[in-house]
Amino acid sequence: MKVLIDNWSTYWHGFLATLWLTLVSAALALVLGVLVASCRVSPVRPLRVFGTAWVTLLRNTPLTLLFFIVVLGLPRFGITLPFFTFAVLALGCYTSAFVCEVLRSGVNTVPAGQGEAARSLGLSFGQTLGLVVLPQAYRSVVAPLGSVMIALAKNTAIAGSFSVAELLGSYRTINELGYGIVWTFVWIAVGYLVITLAISALFNGLERRVAVSR
Amino acid sequence: MTAAFPPLIELRGVNKHFGPLHVLQDIDLTVGRGEVVVVIGPSGSGKSTLCRAINRLEPVDDGVITIDGRPLPAEGKGLARLRADVGMVFQSFNLFAHRTVLQNVTLAPLRVRKRPKEEAERRALDLLDRVGLADQADKYPAQLSGGQQQRVAIARALAMDPKALLFDEPTSALDPEMINEVLDVMRGLAREGMTMVVVTHEMGFARASANRVVFMADGRIVEDRAPEDFFTRPSSARARDFLSKILEH
Repeated sequence: MKVLIDNWSTYWHGFLATLWLTLVSAALALVLGVLVASCRVSPVRPLRVFGTAWVTLLRNTPLTLLFFIVVLGLPRFGITLPFFTFAVLALGCYTSAFVCEVLRSGVNTVPAGQGEAARSLGLSFGQTLGLVVLPQAYRSVVAPLGSVMIALAKNTAIAGSFSVAELLGSYRTINELGYGIVWTFVWIAVGYLVITLAISALFNGLERRVAVSR
Repeated sequence: MTAAFPPLIELRGVNKHFGPLHVLQDIDLTVGRGEVVVVIGPSGSGKSTLCRAINRLEPVDDGVITIDGRPLPAEGKGLARLRADVGMVFQSFNLFAHRTVLQNVTLAPLRVRKRPKEEAERRALDLLDRVGLADQADKYPAQLSGGQQQRVAIARALAMDPKALLFDEPTSALDPEMINEVLDVMRGLAREGMTMVVVTHEMGFARASANRVVFMADGRIVEDRAPEDFFTRPSSARARDFLSKILEH
């Protein structure tokens, strides 16, 4: 407890940084995930090819490697951004591949007739997806999406190795002050637990709301 | 015989394959404005595919399909506009499960026709009243019987003021006692001069309400005649065989 109280401000700032990194990356991952999933189920072949390539590339690259590519690679093309932005890009793009696949499996649970009925009424592809298919897919994607978001929260720890201040990285400061390594990490673990349990609770709530509206 | 009806839907030399299966073979068919054409035939004869090809839910390999003189456009805005004018009723109803009956009927008028909400709802309630379901407007599809769902589906198609309606086996998924409530609505539409292409096994409907019966087998149109002629004097052995199997019991 002493470790926590003595270093409260270090922990707190690390915790907030991780939380913020998670939220911003999650927002990017969800937006990109919806777009890429739309590409993957679209009737236009080049879009499908793009979606498949996006998922294949990002899902099969180790996240650490992706960080290296973004942090060291983008500046070579004259793109220099704050480390935080680089981290959000790496985490958001990486996670978007998983979000996309979750959404796509959700789309596949909606009977084909729903989309056919929508198209036969003159709804465009976007309207069919947005007004008819995705709202029905939503029910079956809530739980797996929660898992993806928890994985994202934990993946933010990698950003610490790339000059981004976050919760895991706070061990260096505390360790240098001579505090025991075990308790230092226990409190860090508790910090992650708070975030991941909060995500669990959020998605459990969403799941219950979906169940009620059925 | 079709001279009385100016052509609305025309298929010329339409072919379609599913892998090695040649499901539509050189189909020529004209449906006049205000005409009711019933398509019958054994299962696997291509009649559902024919029906779905008319609004391009099934793209065809070659041949020309025109609606109101315009060839079917490729996938995109043009096709969506055309589909808005051609209603479709499915075997499995396909009502939007997450929306109420009223929302099912108003969705396309609001989003495709951009009609004001009050107007779309008023019209939807009129149509629901017409199919006898105005009191069910706030229920979800799953709370309705099959016959009720199919009547909502017809109201949903009518809400777009379509030039023609396609029915793909509209009563095949229904319990026998619900078939008539759907056929009643369809008979009413036929009397009012709605252009209809109806794929069905309901010979009674074909006899009473069709202007023409198209008999398909193995991907071809085998006969295309007035219903009375077809049912009393089928000219092909294939049709005689089919009729003997379904009319005996």
